[in-house]
Amino acid sequence: MIEHQTVDDLLLAHAAGTLPEPVALVVATHLALNPAARARYRRYEAVGGVLLEAIEPKALACDAWARAAARLDAEHPEPPRHEHAMPAGDLTLPCPLREYLPTPLGGLRWRSYGAVAEIELPLDAPGYSTTLVRVRAGRQVPQHTHEGHELTLVLDGAFHDETGRYGRGDLAIADGSLDHRPTADAGQDCLCLTVTDAPRRLTGWIGRWLNPFIRF
Amino acid sequence: MPAAIASAPPEGMIAAMSSGEASVEAGLEADIQAVAERRDKAAFARIFSFYGPRVNAYLRRLGAEAAAAEDLTQDVMLTVWRRARQFDRGRAALSTWVYTIARNRRIDVLRRERRPDFDQHDPTLVRDDSAPRGDQLAEAAEARRLVMEAVAQLPSEQARLLEIFYFAEKPHSTIADELGLPLGTVKSRLRLALGKLRRKLNGPDA
Repeated sequence: MIEHQTVDDLLLAHAAGTLPEPVALVVATHLALNPAARARYRRYEAVGGVLLEAIEPKALACDAWARAAARLDAEHPEPPRHEHAMPAGDLTLPCPLREYLPTPLGGLRWRSYGAVAEIELPLDAPGYSTTLVRVRAGRQVPQHTHEGHELTLVLDGAFHDETGRYGRGDLAIADGSLDHRPTADAGQDCLCLTVTDAPRRLTGWIGRWLNPFIRF
Repeated sequence: MPAAIASAPPEGMIAAMSSGEASVEAGLEADIQAVAERRDKAAFARIFSFYGPRVNAYLRRLGAEAAAAEDLTQDVMLTVWRRARQFDRGRAALSTWVYTIARNRRIDVLRRERRPDFDQHDPTLVRDDSAPRGDQLAEAAEARRLVMEAVAQLPSEQARLLEIFYFAEKPHSTIADELGLPLGTVKSRLRLALGKLRRKLNGPDA
């Protein structure tokens, strides 16, 4: 269950390591795109470090150090890390999202429903749906509400709804109280990563009729 | 009393650390440097004796059996040994770095899940060009000091909740049951604690 109400709650939970994988994927990708969020997140990780220093130690077995020491020479040191080369192809998607795509963005097969096209990502996380969604420039997503929660991260372009405007790297949180109709900005398609923990429910007239048959 | 709560650190522990034990962390940071530069085993032994039992405690708190926690601690500490050259004290305090390694390993192994993380070295990462590299060095040490102060200043019941939040993988409703508190109280106390931390760490507007 996604029980977090603000983006900051999500950053904290990611630092604590308690988010389910699909939610962690959205938050980590948000962090890759948003330096200000990254600065806050680092401090929440520092909280984990301070708590680790303060935890009441639990003694290891008597031979623990001998066991470790015996292996030190065989362990190869890993080199310092540097920025690696630009990946080939599309640069819209940062790590870790890129690692979750079976092929580069251009080679994916989208399923289209009017102005909206989507691809479900193959995550092994029952109860969650993790989807790349593309909305045509200036077009609307059908009016819908949520039984659970929906996180939407803008990867490219921008959209707006009743709660505000969201551009690249922005993360929107919607729950059952929000009945919204996101609209992509004119001039550019809007590409988003969304995760939901319950099926979205269409609330427009046609939407209600279609509801038993489709998920978008 | 549930185990997670019974083994919470003695009150005032973090407060005591922020004054007395800053030098321990400084010493251990010199040690990790020595490991990075010349694979200094004596220096690593000191890091092992400080962090080994703490990583073990962390894993036990998160539900690992004794033998599994012991093995995973070995694994985490050997990772620290191998990756010493990747430790960047401009980016994080040593305690933070060790914490992230332990956290990621327990998600891999105990939860059998992948942990998606951003990659600081990914060229597509959006960077903040306004932050010069030189300032980051002071930033990591300053962050640790700020965090210690902020945690030490929390009322004990809020500090305890924060600890449970980091060291016990439980939904809020389970935490509430164990503490014998209504879910709403747990959520509001946690929110209060987080709000205080945030204001302390990120300024009054956070």
